[in-house]
Amino acid sequence: MSGRGRKRSAEPLLWLLFSGGGVVAALVAPIFLLLFGLVFPLGWIDPPRYDDLHGLMSNWLTRIVLLGICMLSLFHFAHRFRYTLWDGLQLKHGILTVACYGAAVVGTVLAALLLLQL
Amino acid sequence: MTAEPAAAHPAAEPVAGRQPLYQPKVSRLWWLRRRSYTLFVLRELSSLFVGWFVVFLLLLIRAVGQGEADYQRFLDWAANPLVVLLNLIALGFVTLHAVTWFNLAPKAMVVKVRGQRVPPQMIAMSQFGGWVFVSLVLAVVLVGLL
Repeated sequence: MSGRGRKRSAEPLLWLLFSGGGVVAALVAPIFLLLFGLVFPLGWIDPPRYDDLHGLMSNWLTRIVLLGICMLSLFHFAHRFRYTLWDGLQLKHGILTVACYGAAVVGTVLAALLLLQL
Repeated sequence: MTAEPAAAHPAAEPVAGRQPLYQPKVSRLWWLRRRSYTLFVLRELSSLFVGWFVVFLLLLIRAVGQGEADYQRFLDWAANPLVVLLNLIALGFVTLHAVTWFNLAPKAMVVKVRGQRVPPQMIAMSQFGGWVFVSLVLAVVLVGLL
């Protein structure tokens, strides 16, 4: 421990959110984009009926799970994209880091609001 | 990593007393030099499409929250060829993310059962098995709603 490190670093928490989001996104994103991005729009299989989907999504357990998926995936995006810009594209501006995590926070709040109005 | 650096980074010449902190200039396109570097950056860029996945999911949630007409409008919008193309690209990237992520797990964790190390292949297999399982459950729930 350096004597100067009085403020506790947020980095461990950010890495935790990053890896949690990595797992969640890996498990859920491919099948979701396959179904709602390709299979349903291209008419290979009929999309779920409105009442069924609404019933499923407005269940409180589903809402909490959906909020978790959104939040973790957003922080995964923010953390990884921060380093893609910093190391990958050599864009070393602190403001971009703030923008990445800011987008994740805003997105999470937006997700909560949208889930409340289901 | 032997003879190359001096030629690649001419700024490496030490100038005594004038440069207290040496920061070599790295090209913005360094990752195009090798295939493995390019694959690395593509894998990192998958995060953008994880972000798109959330945006797309939130659009669906909003549409469902607004009512049946908006849900139908969402489905029509998703059938727009440009949106389908974007989702096709996104599907490729999130699949790259999933495969590389699950392949990484056995390297990141060492699991021991009764003092014996669980073979890395078994950890990878269980990860991929879990992925297939979750995908099947979601597909059955969403398609089986019919």
